[in-house]
Amino acid sequence: MPAPQAALRQALVLAVAFPHHAVQEKIALRVRRNCRARCQFKMGNAVAESENIVAETAEKIFADLADAQTINSDKNGSWKAPLWQALTESGLPLSWVPDDLGGSGASLAEGFSVLSSAGRFALAVPLAETMLAGWLLAQAKIASPEGEMTVAPASPRDRITLNADGTLSGRARGVPFAKAAKHIAVLASGASGLSIALVDAAAVRIEAGLGLGGDASDTVTFSNVAPITTKPAPKGFDQTALMLMGGVARSLQIAGALESMLDISVRYSNERVAFEKKISKFQAVQHNLAKLAGESAAALAAATSAADAIANSTSFDDAFFLEAASAKIRCSEAAEKGAAIAHQVHGAIGFTVEHILHRYSLRALAWRDDFGSESYWAVELGKLVADRGADELWPLVASR
Amino acid sequence: MTAALRFDPIRLPPECEQLRKEVRQFLADEIAAGTFDPHQPNREDTDAPEFSRRVGERGWLGMTWPKKYGGHERSFLERYVVTEEMRVANAPTRRFFVADRQSGPVLLKYAPEHIKMDILPRICRGEVCFAIGMSEPNSGSDLFAAKTKATKTDGGFLINGTKIWTSSAHIADYMIAIFRTSPPTKENRRHGLTQFLVKMKQPGIQVNPIGQITGQFEFNEVVFTDYFVPDDHMLGEIDGAWKQATSELAYERSGPERFLETYYVLTELVRAVGPKPDTRSAEGIGRLVAQLHTMRRMSVSVAGMLQAGKEPVVEASIVKDIGTIWEQQLPHRVRDLAAFVEENATNRETLENQLSFAIKTAPKLTIQGGTTEVLRGIIARGLGLR
Repeated sequence: MPAPQAALRQALVLAVAFPHHAVQEKIALRVRRNCRARCQFKMGNAVAESENIVAETAEKIFADLADAQTINSDKNGSWKAPLWQALTESGLPLSWVPDDLGGSGASLAEGFSVLSSAGRFALAVPLAETMLAGWLLAQAKIASPEGEMTVAPASPRDRITLNADGTLSGRARGVPFAKAAKHIAVLASGASGLSIALVDAAAVRIEAGLGLGGDASDTVTFSNVAPITTKPAPKGFDQTALMLMGGVARSLQIAGALESMLDISVRYSNERVAFEKKISKFQAVQHNLAKLAGESAAALAAATSAADAIANSTSFDDAFFLEAASAKIRCSEAAEKGAAIAHQVHGAIGFTVEHILHRYSLRALAWRDDFGSESYWAVELGKLVADRGADELWPLVASR
Repeated sequence: MTAALRFDPIRLPPECEQLRKEVRQFLADEIAAGTFDPHQPNREDTDAPEFSRRVGERGWLGMTWPKKYGGHERSFLERYVVTEEMRVANAPTRRFFVADRQSGPVLLKYAPEHIKMDILPRICRGEVCFAIGMSEPNSGSDLFAAKTKATKTDGGFLINGTKIWTSSAHIADYMIAIFRTSPPTKENRRHGLTQFLVKMKQPGIQVNPIGQITGQFEFNEVVFTDYFVPDDHMLGEIDGAWKQATSELAYERSGPERFLETYYVLTELVRAVGPKPDTRSAEGIGRLVAQLHTMRRMSVSVAGMLQAGKEPVVEASIVKDIGTIWEQQLPHRVRDLAAFVEENATNRETLENQLSFAIKTAPKLTIQGGTTEVLRGIIARGLGLR
């Protein structure tokens, strides 16, 4: 069992220290300047009453430029550039990068709420990945460049090595949006411990792949690649810390996608007529949707709790590991059960490319695979619980 | 837009941690003194009046109620801690549990002052046991089909009819029941039922035990024959019980008892598996613990909303829906994994006995206190489907 405690403690200390008043002003200004007409969003969920201007900014941009129906009918991908440009102008991709390293210096909590919102829109640009990359680089006080980024490795089983000559070797599979990234933030292990490196994406070999959701999930090979910058990772930071942070990001996205799947499934059931009545009036359909609400609620609770644990903990311990690993496990399970119900309610129309449902369902299923699958984390969590012993299980669960 | 579900990440405040330590120490002392065996979950029909009084002495009954009624004016989150620690320890809470969770709050809201002053302090001292008289032989989930009649008479009502599946009626001092005071109207089939406080152990009430598939006798049939209830024992509005039921559901449905009922088999499995589990056991335990953690976070979140004065009826129904299904499935999943436990595991027999009991208990968990079907109906209504 790798000990995540020390690693994330360090990460947290850095992250908590980020000033975040600056980004609010910056984003608020940019919003006023760039998004005058972007207030018509319909996704009125938790974020509508958010106290958080960062999340509101994100939600407005998504509503205006990442509408699922518009994207689904756009065969040329012309929606992508304006969306990314608006995100960049708002400073959102570098939310978790302090001002002095070129970012917006938002708090972890604010960034997490952006990811929930991104999930609700099944966002198909590397926003989460760039945020994670910026966060990783900031751990070693490496400034973030402009443009799309991603992180490697993106699986707990892959390792990148820092060679004695300062170059990187190794292969990372399932790296989200590597092909679209200008830079890659890398966690590598060398003779003197772990290092964090900024790498030009043009310097590595990228074999394009596609995840279930249709987003890039690529294999990145480092063959004695010289990074732009390399710095030692903070004491205690390790790959488990990176995987848990990535896993919590994906958990929030899955929970967000489930919220939307519930919403559009309820709406559809209130429109679709069969056997001379709305299908929402059939008890079998109602109970299926109630189950979907339960899965959505469980995912939301697990993911927001884990995000809150990262954002507000002062120490990282087994209880934190429980939070983050459980979120990835429970959200992944909810993705499976929830997506199945959403499709069942929609019938054949939900199985078509014309319908937007697959944008949410397939992405939620795809996100299960990133930064360690639910079965991987279940094994790790099970080992931790067994190692602590039977009588220490309840104290662990009841520790918060 | 559907109603947004909220499960904010509520953390227990610092005062809860000290309280938790006190409760654990108390329970450890009780176990050491032989009051109960935490490895024996089949406590359902165990009545422990002395234990109940000692819990009252510690100030852990009526925790959230006003001090003038013997309460302690503490928070729902503090009560939550006491409840979950008792449940996990398999403590014999039967005598006070219903009174503390449900009946006391109903009396606080609807009983006349002199009754509150009489009964609530005794609940807080752990002296009285309550039962709930809802179901009847032909009226279970369909609460408003109840037929047991309360006929107006001089100074009160005469009760005739039968309640059934009434937990603890054989030891209860009181029952809070709904009786029919008027027929339903065409416009409102829920009209005509009234809530009453019933004193048990009186002439006119006969309690007949009903055997359960676990081998226990914790629920009963309660037959009323010209049983007299005085006027001042009517709780709330005449014919208006339907207005009073819903707000209590959030308290009843989201507590730790809604997902921890079979928790003991998971602890025992972890013990049997030992510190170095094989991959299959590790994965199985990890998934179960992730579910457990999530259920608890949801349940604590609802407790936090209650503390904040909200009425999260849909959220509470979701907690009970998925919580009871989880605690129902848990013994079966543990059984799957127990097949791989070493033959010589020291607690093998304990685990097998517990599994046997938990598997027999499991079917009731999704029935009592609101069936899965009723809960999903409530959730569906919250989603705007009905």
